[in-house]
Amino acid sequence: MLNLFSGIFKTQQPAQRTFGWADGIVLALVVVVIYAGVRLAIDTPAEIEGPSISLAPEVLPYYAVRSVGRMAAAYVLSLGFALVYGRVAAYHHWAEQVLMPLLDVLQSVPILSFLPVVLLSLSAVLPQGVAAEVASIVLIFTSQVWNLVFVWYQSLTTIPGELNEAATTFRFSTWMRFRTLELPFAAIGLLWNSMMSWAGGWFFLMAAEIFTVGEKDFRLLGLGAYLQEAANQEDYRAIGMGIAALVLVIVLLDQLVWRPLLAWADRFKLEMTESDNPPTSWFYDVLRAAHITNWLDGRVRQPLMRGLDALLVRTPQTSVTRNGTNGRQRRPWFAYLVLAAVGLGLVYGVAQTGQMLAEVPAAQWSNIATGVAATLLRVMIALVIALAWTIPVGVLIGTNPRIAAVLQPVVQITASIPATALFPVLLLVVLQLPAGLNIAAVVLMLMGTQWYLLFNIIAGATAIPQELKFTSTLLRLNRWERWRTLLLPALFPYIITGAITASGGAWNASIVAEYFQLGGKTHQVTGVGALIADATAEGDFHLLLAATLSMILTVVLINRLFWRRLYRRAEEQYRME
Amino acid sequence: MTGHLLELKGITQKYGRGERRFTAVENVNLAIDEGEFVALIGPSGCGKSTLLRIVTGLNQPVEGQVLYRGELLDGVNPHATIVFQTFALFPWLTVQQNVEVALKARGMPPNLRTVRSIDLLDMVGLDGFETAFPRELSGGMRQKVGFARAMAVEPELLCLDEAFSALDVLSAESLRGELLELWTGGAIPTKAILMVTHNIEEAVLMADRVVVMDKQPGRVIADQKIPLAHPRQRKSPEFLDVLDRVYALLAGQTQPEHIELGTAPGEAGRTRALPDISVGELAGLLEFLDETPNDRIDVYRLEQELNLGATEVLQLTEAAELLGFATIAKGDITLTPLGETFAEARILARKEIFATRIRRLPMFRWVLAMLDAADKAQLDRDVLRLALELEFSPEDAARQVDLAIDWGRYAELLAYDDNTETLYRETAETVAG
Repeated sequence: MLNLFSGIFKTQQPAQRTFGWADGIVLALVVVVIYAGVRLAIDTPAEIEGPSISLAPEVLPYYAVRSVGRMAAAYVLSLGFALVYGRVAAYHHWAEQVLMPLLDVLQSVPILSFLPVVLLSLSAVLPQGVAAEVASIVLIFTSQVWNLVFVWYQSLTTIPGELNEAATTFRFSTWMRFRTLELPFAAIGLLWNSMMSWAGGWFFLMAAEIFTVGEKDFRLLGLGAYLQEAANQEDYRAIGMGIAALVLVIVLLDQLVWRPLLAWADRFKLEMTESDNPPTSWFYDVLRAAHITNWLDGRVRQPLMRGLDALLVRTPQTSVTRNGTNGRQRRPWFAYLVLAAVGLGLVYGVAQTGQMLAEVPAAQWSNIATGVAATLLRVMIALVIALAWTIPVGVLIGTNPRIAAVLQPVVQITASIPATALFPVLLLVVLQLPAGLNIAAVVLMLMGTQWYLLFNIIAGATAIPQELKFTSTLLRLNRWERWRTLLLPALFPYIITGAITASGGAWNASIVAEYFQLGGKTHQVTGVGALIADATAEGDFHLLLAATLSMILTVVLINRLFWRRLYRRAEEQYRME
Repeated sequence: MTGHLLELKGITQKYGRGERRFTAVENVNLAIDEGEFVALIGPSGCGKSTLLRIVTGLNQPVEGQVLYRGELLDGVNPHATIVFQTFALFPWLTVQQNVEVALKARGMPPNLRTVRSIDLLDMVGLDGFETAFPRELSGGMRQKVGFARAMAVEPELLCLDEAFSALDVLSAESLRGELLELWTGGAIPTKAILMVTHNIEEAVLMADRVVVMDKQPGRVIADQKIPLAHPRQRKSPEFLDVLDRVYALLAGQTQPEHIELGTAPGEAGRTRALPDISVGELAGLLEFLDETPNDRIDVYRLEQELNLGATEVLQLTEAAELLGFATIAKGDITLTPLGETFAEARILARKEIFATRIRRLPMFRWVLAMLDAADKAQLDRDVLRLALELEFSPEDAARQVDLAIDWGRYAELLAYDDNTETLYRETAETVAG
């Protein structure tokens, strides 16, 4: 169970040069898309009435079903998107050069900044109720999809050469390659990342179910809206009920969906040895013993797969040339056409964006600069606090199977409860303190992102070879020397990987952490997240555009100039392989 | 029109781009006829596996033609299949599914392919293991599945890519025997076998013809018929005689010194790469030879005696000969008086001998000259590596720099700082410090 982690968290970062031409194009692309959304948003009607959210406990099951349905729809969308995007990037060199940096940037676009873009452009073409529903799903999608793309792309590019060659010599069609090689090979990574995606979705559920843009009120019935409404009315009984319902849903999903899937997916391990303690699930055992599942398998699944195979087995072959000759890879002619069109569009879009940004007054820009600095400081504080506790605890869990057996389930359940749901309760306590809002913002960032670090450090600690631990004992290293010569160097790559994800998450969380409504009042602190949330609420699209772009630029620059360098160093010097 | 089953004409394969482009194989011509079992041997990096991938159509050569039954090969060769070193079984499929999947890809209906795959598993002696997963099997049994899967598509040309080298000694031996039995007995529809191996004894034991390749660039240097009837006896004088001859082809002909040592990087002529060995291993070899009667042994026995792979033995003997510690003739390696002295010397004396010897190597002379010419006699590791990439593949270039550092440190000719990745000229002061 524990050693699984080392496989999943190993290499989340694509090894790239620091900054290239593709990054420039990609940045421009994102700028233009956001600009286009903002443009559309400006043209929508000024006032829209939302539905009313009931706080009665009996609505909770219904609301929960609505929320889970939304999450599931978004997840299916994410998975489908990831499978296509990752495959195109992995198998087409020319696409890879644009798609991977694009992903990197998209990851750092704050979820709420997608909101007006998505929602208002949708409500221009769809009925309002449908538009809100679709927008919500798209928003949840943006919190779920990126790590799925990464892990799928990574799997495709690390399929062992000889398995790939076997598939080619036996002339597998695209469908067979996908079903027999690619999907099974990626299954475990996809599964763990799906769990992470769902956790990410829950975190932003409240943001994704309640949007008020200026006077336009789009609200959806769901757990997130329920919690938000309860917090607004300061109804702590309802908050408690809402949280209980949410935790129940999460635990049920864990027991009835994720655990069984993990137990089932154990067969997709690449290792040629039996694992000593494979993941288990009581529900999976029940399912396997039940006749109905066997019947379904024999009567429904197998004929279905056979039918699909018969239908798709003759799809053309994919030429996988990653490790092959590629003496000369030619771009298809239409790629040039697409590139030219995109290029022209970009130039026009960037010019338009520039014009819009030029209308933002200087005072606003200085606000944004201060905000970015303040948020950066908060992100750093949250990261330092997270490191301070996750390193010792992670090492304790990772090196001690007995403690792991006790703490692991606790940690996993705790980690899956979205911090945003607990936030109103937290505020109640913290708002009494001096600088309470600032503390609350940091705590929320911390709660949202510390788990990435903890899981990575557990993975790193588990991966330390037993021989080295014995050696350091035999050498009678004292505690400090042991940490300095063995643990910290061994953990370094994992700490960096975790910190990259955590800091990215913290930036994104700043939007919900720096600006919140409680008891009908708006509380906010200085920060770029608060600026974005405020701009959204006020419908100030110029500010929204400027603040969002500033945040993206900052995050991308920090990633490229700081984290990626550290990561490369970690990979080169401290990797234990 | 020739009657060859397979013909390679002027095959050249290059990897990489621009200045980093290097030649994996150059102008290889080779023909295989029906009924032939051909083994391809040579040091690692000589392009054997590349050639195999070109034959099967997995890779396209940059120059030259692959003719199959006289027709130009385009894309994957439908009549060829590969048995892989690492078996390349799908771990999530059962033994039977692994065989069936090859038939499924050809569009064979489910009931037919089930029958066929069970037959094949019977043939390789795996009946009863149909529902097992590969991870439940031993290495030898996994490779049997690999063979059954390859046979399933009834290939005319069966390619073995180091198919026995990941197995333990006994499994490998029995699997070789079983394959030979199927092949010589005509139980399989296969028309020809092309085997890539680094195990020279295996090649002589199984093949009708041994094609010897050398590297930099990868090319065919000899094509030797094995005129022995099956089954062959490893201990028979005839077998040993042929084995000796093949080793002699590989382990070095006596040539004038400028050819023997090659030229320095950047000069005209072939740059002789440093053999990929550590000084400790070389010392071990020389000590071993020193203790054998007459300071002499058959090269092929070294593998067993030192418990090393064939590639390592080749590299070691090459190094010993290059430095004048041993001579190789007719498949025997003999310690020179210098080698004897080295083997019996103590550490400081050894370093001195080693330093004297490696200074004559053009590659080393070049490294030292570069260092002396550099500012403060310091040189970034990457400078050397990039310079070498003009003549070697990126991996090989990096490896050559590592070797130069390793050898130079031992000889105390240079020092190296791992943190700054800088080479220094070792001087009296730094030795004292």
